[in-house]
Amino acid sequence: MSSRQSATDPHRSRPQRALRSGRRGSPAAQLSTMVLLLAVAGYFLLPVWWLVVSATKSSGDLFGTNGFWFGSNLHVADNVTKLFQHSDGAFSRWILNSVLYAGGGALAATLIATMAGYALAKYPFRGREGVFAVIIGAVLIPPPLLALPLYLLASAAGVVDTYWSVLIPSVVTPFGVYLARVYAAASVPDELIDAARVDGAGELRIFFTVALRLMTPALVTICLFQFVGIWNNFFLPLMMLADDKLWPLTLGLYFWNSQLRDQPWYDIVITGSLISVVPLVVAFLALQRYWRSGLSAGSIKA
Amino acid sequence: MTGHLKPTPGPVVSPPAPSGGDGRSRPTNTAGDAGRRPAGRRPARSKLASRRNRSAGLLLAPFAMLFVAVFVIPIGYAVYQSLFRVRRSGLGLGPPETVFAGLDNYTRVFADNSFLTSVGRVVVFGLVQVPVMLGLALLLALLLDSQVVRLGRFFRLAYFLPFAIPGVIAAVLWSFLYVPGISPLVDLGGRAGVEVDFLSADTILLSIGNIVTWSWAGYNMLILYTALRSIPRELFEAAEVDGCSGFRIAWHIKLPLLRPALTLTGVFSIIGTLQLFGEPMVLRTMSSAISNSYTPVMLSYQAAFGLNDYNFAAAISVVLALATFVLSYGFLRLSTRGST
Repeated sequence: MSSRQSATDPHRSRPQRALRSGRRGSPAAQLSTMVLLLAVAGYFLLPVWWLVVSATKSSGDLFGTNGFWFGSNLHVADNVTKLFQHSDGAFSRWILNSVLYAGGGALAATLIATMAGYALAKYPFRGREGVFAVIIGAVLIPPPLLALPLYLLASAAGVVDTYWSVLIPSVVTPFGVYLARVYAAASVPDELIDAARVDGAGELRIFFTVALRLMTPALVTICLFQFVGIWNNFFLPLMMLADDKLWPLTLGLYFWNSQLRDQPWYDIVITGSLISVVPLVVAFLALQRYWRSGLSAGSIKA
Repeated sequence: MTGHLKPTPGPVVSPPAPSGGDGRSRPTNTAGDAGRRPAGRRPARSKLASRRNRSAGLLLAPFAMLFVAVFVIPIGYAVYQSLFRVRRSGLGLGPPETVFAGLDNYTRVFADNSFLTSVGRVVVFGLVQVPVMLGLALLLALLLDSQVVRLGRFFRLAYFLPFAIPGVIAAVLWSFLYVPGISPLVDLGGRAGVEVDFLSADTILLSIGNIVTWSWAGYNMLILYTALRSIPRELFEAAEVDGCSGFRIAWHIKLPLLRPALTLTGVFSIIGTLQLFGEPMVLRTMSSAISNSYTPVMLSYQAAFGLNDYNFAAAISVVLALATFVLSYGFLRLSTRGST
């Protein structure tokens, strides 16, 4: 009986695990699996560890000491000060730009995609499946391939080299609409919508007060993925933005990195890279349970 | 609310019903209602339905408008641009004029050696890197799903971590691990008596493949793992009772059930391969083995911003977009064939 019960949750049940390991694999097999998994973890984590360690080193130590361990003294404060003072504080400006593009873009994209996904899930209007098919098709168009057409259009429209040239394309996420539709179909009961209608609530009000709340996990997932997508975006800003005052972090660091041959400012690029990574890692760790559900929705419905 | 006495059928399972309007055009509810079940003829009901569809239109409108602005018009404009070329007069004195070129730009694309080379390069890259990455992701997902493993949560997060690092930053990071002098890896190799050059013409493609694999293997692993977790455990229990080994369960039960998730990750990996850009762009600073037409997207960037030949660049983009679309669609069809 206990085996039946724990079958749904094998990770937590000790007797079950013992039973299994007895049946499934010898201690040798277990040990080799563990070694393999640890080795792979090393592959994924060591570069990040190197980045963390290197951000604490002076330029001299970067070249003279073991890359995977700390140098003679900690240089964090110096590196950070140097980074933020470099090119008249360009780095802090790039951070703000990235926050604006990714934060503003992701919030707007989430609302817009959720509205569309909900409409596609809950209103059986004619042509609905056609609209949805077009949106799914758009998921298959890689953003870098779209960037050049966007640039051609933006330059014809005269909005190249403005915040808008990056922000506007960022608020459209076909994949978000897809996720929102799947999620709305599964998590917003029709009975609830009907009940709200009987109570006299308008359609928009039902969406904003009832549906949005039920779709919160999907909202967070869409927002997070869109935030990451925009934060990581490189090709679009590279094409659109010539003025370095408008650059996001990725573009700025790319530019500094491309100058390394002439300017040995390794310490700045390394510290800047580490700082640019921190917000995303924190967001992913803090919002784990949300993006997991998003991933499962994506994989089941494929 | 008089017309709403009996519950409406669930919209999701019901066939396309009340009236027209797809969010972009104004809802017209004549044909749609006439063809619908008798209840739809009742005026109160049809008014209700049309009001609802207007709300659907309102909810859909912002996305629809932006979608047209950001997807439909740019693609249309790129196709249009690809049909023209700029002609400069013989001496280069007169103003350049834009003339209709038909499919000239496309013949140029397919006759262009650097384009064909770059396509060949990403195809080879994809044929090796995508299976390696998905194989690794699959292996890790299966191992983490088998119940013998401790610390599963730690491993999942550790493998997924690189996904949170922007592609360009990942490339910058790895480039430091490749470049002699600063790289601890080259350092270690040197001490062990092995000369490793990650940036030579022979190794650079592998080095790029490593960066891409590092960035995306964990993400794909997590998708596969999530799909594995959603399979009812009873399926394995039964097989286990019948004496099936862990390996055979994985091969005969888990793998077939993972097919949709594998398809999804496969499609997105193929798309990712064709758009390879950031990694080689970053490594170009360190390695002379990467030309400015190393990948198709780099070539189109070079055509647009290096040569100012927007028409040619547009043609390249259109060809690439079509190729991507055909490839991912074909892959989808191929891998869903047979499974209903």
